[in-house]
Amino acid sequence: MKTTVLTLFDLVNGQTARIVRIRNTGPKGIRQRLLDMGVTRGAVVRVERHAPMGDPVEIAILNYRLALRMNEAREIEVEPVTP
Amino acid sequence: MNAPPLPGAASPSAPVRRQVIVIAGNPNAGKTSLFNRLTGGSQQVGNYPGVTVEHKEGVMRHQDRRLPVIDLPGTYSLTAYSLEERVARDFIIDEEPALVVDVVDASNMERNLYLAVQLMEMRVPLVIALNMIDVAESRGLRIDTARLSLLLGVPVVATVGSRGRGVDELIETCAAVLDGTLDALPQPVHYGHQVDEEIEGLARLITENAVEENRFEPSWLAVKLLEKDPSATMRIRRIAGARQGLVEEAAEAAVLRIERHYKDDAATIIAERRYGVAAGAVRQCVSRVTESRMDLTDRIDNVVCGRVTGPVILVAVVAALFFWVFKLSDEWAWMPWFGGWVSPTGLINWAIARLSDMLAPTQDSMPMLHSLFDAALVRGVGGVLGFVPLIFFMFLFIAALEDSGYIARVAFILDRLLRMFGMQGNSILALIVSGGLGAGGCAVPGIMATRTLREEKDRLVTMLVAPFMNCGAKMPVYAVLIAAFFPQSRTEMMLLLWAVSWLVALAAAWMLRRFVVRGEQTPFVMELPPYHVPVLRGVLLHTWERTWLYIKRAGTIILAVNIVLWVFMYFPRPADGPDGKPPTAAEGLSHSMAGRFGHALEPVTKLAGFDWRTNIALLGGFATKEVVIGALGTVYAMDVEKTGDNAPLAARLASEPDWSPRRAFAMMLFVMLYAPCMSTITVIARESGSWKWAAFATLYSTAIAFVIALAAYQAGKLVG
Repeated sequence: MKTTVLTLFDLVNGQTARIVRIRNTGPKGIRQRLLDMGVTRGAVVRVERHAPMGDPVEIAILNYRLALRMNEAREIEVEPVTP
Repeated sequence: MNAPPLPGAASPSAPVRRQVIVIAGNPNAGKTSLFNRLTGGSQQVGNYPGVTVEHKEGVMRHQDRRLPVIDLPGTYSLTAYSLEERVARDFIIDEEPALVVDVVDASNMERNLYLAVQLMEMRVPLVIALNMIDVAESRGLRIDTARLSLLLGVPVVATVGSRGRGVDELIETCAAVLDGTLDALPQPVHYGHQVDEEIEGLARLITENAVEENRFEPSWLAVKLLEKDPSATMRIRRIAGARQGLVEEAAEAAVLRIERHYKDDAATIIAERRYGVAAGAVRQCVSRVTESRMDLTDRIDNVVCGRVTGPVILVAVVAALFFWVFKLSDEWAWMPWFGGWVSPTGLINWAIARLSDMLAPTQDSMPMLHSLFDAALVRGVGGVLGFVPLIFFMFLFIAALEDSGYIARVAFILDRLLRMFGMQGNSILALIVSGGLGAGGCAVPGIMATRTLREEKDRLVTMLVAPFMNCGAKMPVYAVLIAAFFPQSRTEMMLLLWAVSWLVALAAAWMLRRFVVRGEQTPFVMELPPYHVPVLRGVLLHTWERTWLYIKRAGTIILAVNIVLWVFMYFPRPADGPDGKPPTAAEGLSHSMAGRFGHALEPVTKLAGFDWRTNIALLGGFATKEVVIGALGTVYAMDVEKTGDNAPLAARLASEPDWSPRRAFAMMLFVMLYAPCMSTITVIARESGSWKWAAFATLYSTAIAFVIALAAYQAGKLVG
């Protein structure tokens, strides 16, 4: 058993990862919103960049670019993959 | 026809469907430019009843037929997450369009097809416009449209909306579907054996228990029940009446079974299956000829969103926007006019002045009618029309920036900063346009610029604080009072006023978010679309729509308000003097309801240093803030309105014994912060969708203004 679970929040620029799970502890509706934007289990994401103040974060997913706040990134559990 | 519809074989072919085509699709999929092409720009903008979401309607011509087309708001999904999604979904369900055209971004098919799958679930006749096919091709994607069509069971047409490619074919296809010569009924969507079975069972139960004729697909409703969609529950109540409980219990049991089986919630499972369908279609129909990434957008973003370059470019763009908008609309005389040159605003003001001149001869013979026409109609409505060039140029730039993809980056860069105050990145544009740079601006286009904000609460807060910025109309007030009382420190005063406006706006936003527009922080999940060159035609069309809406709506309401304000400042009339001379303007104003009101308020306003004369001027400022100086001139019997020269008024005020620098300062603060002008109030009402917020904006800002002015005045007394 792993003791620490990695989330999108922990990734650095350029890192690629596969989504394992979306937690259901964040703001109401966030999970559905993420699903609607293609953030689903098994999807592969790459962290493109962070905004100048470190938040939000831009990721590449499903062949497009998505910005989300670090708060929301914390809800997305990932496992790193080597591209 | 009255037989209960069977699951899976319901209404789409029934002739009751309204002969209207609706356009659906993701934001940034090129929906609007395709709509413009289909309708040839012959369109009308309206709001859906009761909501602020816009609704565009146009007519598509096919041979000698005219087919109505409605552009639904751009959405990623139809799960009722946002107002736009609810509007789009309810329209398709309740209005029963004859055909839905789903605009799919060919370069981003998987996410776009997720919406298509949801439209397929609704079992409405569907045509897919595979838009921006040129972009997909340039990225090395080859899409087998015939195969996609076969797979989904609906016609697929490749298009390039911005250039009109494939538009004729799309029109032909739509016409053929409407004529019944082309089948457009989508294939049923499969979610895996387990879920399919539950859907089938629930759909059967819904059909059996329907007391009202069920106009839409029961299996769609079954899916929505599994997703625990709140509006589906409401629909069940309507359809099943007393048997609602039965259906709901069955749905809950089904959700439990699915969740036990998949160890995840049903809504997630269903969403994943939809992506499964979309991904399957992409795998089968798209082949990658060459490897290529979105290089250009990436390279631009490395600079535009960079840690240092990002903010620098942002400041430059905002400054350029501000500069161009005000230079082009007002400050530069660039339009040829009778051998000379004028600015667009100058031209309108010239026309208003000429109209006023034409009325002048009637001043003595019909003083009342003259006053009504001159003050309320010509100057009042004319003042509103004077904003038109500003609005036009502001939207021209904003629309171009938005179309290019930059606005999304503004939101990205500034989100963290403005979130602290309960707003979001895009709020900055509204604040800047409203006068945030401290050198003039206007809250009317500023509030209209909040349309780029997607989250309702953030948008509302931005609208409510934007009027605190120092707009152009407040400048003459500052100019007169600074000239009279702070002639040595003009720059310092302006800087101070600028800082106060931002402090109050940010503090107010923070307070509003905490106590008035409460609720959880709305998630910020936003697509950063690839950059592209704005489509001039679309940008112009969009700009013109906005401008025309402003002329039409604000103009009519403002006319009414101006007449009321005129009555207030004109009646009752004092009697003629003993020598038979009519009363002067100053006497008339003092004797009017506004004058009496000004006197009545004096005991309270005196605390902030305002006497009855100032009160009258401030009451007049409700129309537009420029009136403050004009009215002040009138009560001090200085004819500033006719001469346009403020210097004598400044001198007069400076020599008045009851005026002091601290009174002038309190008044400047009050003018900066109190009730937005009538044009702004009207726009707040329109943009927030409710007069309640307009009334709130008026009251809360006046309260803040009074408290701050009072504090400044009393503090000044202590300091001496």
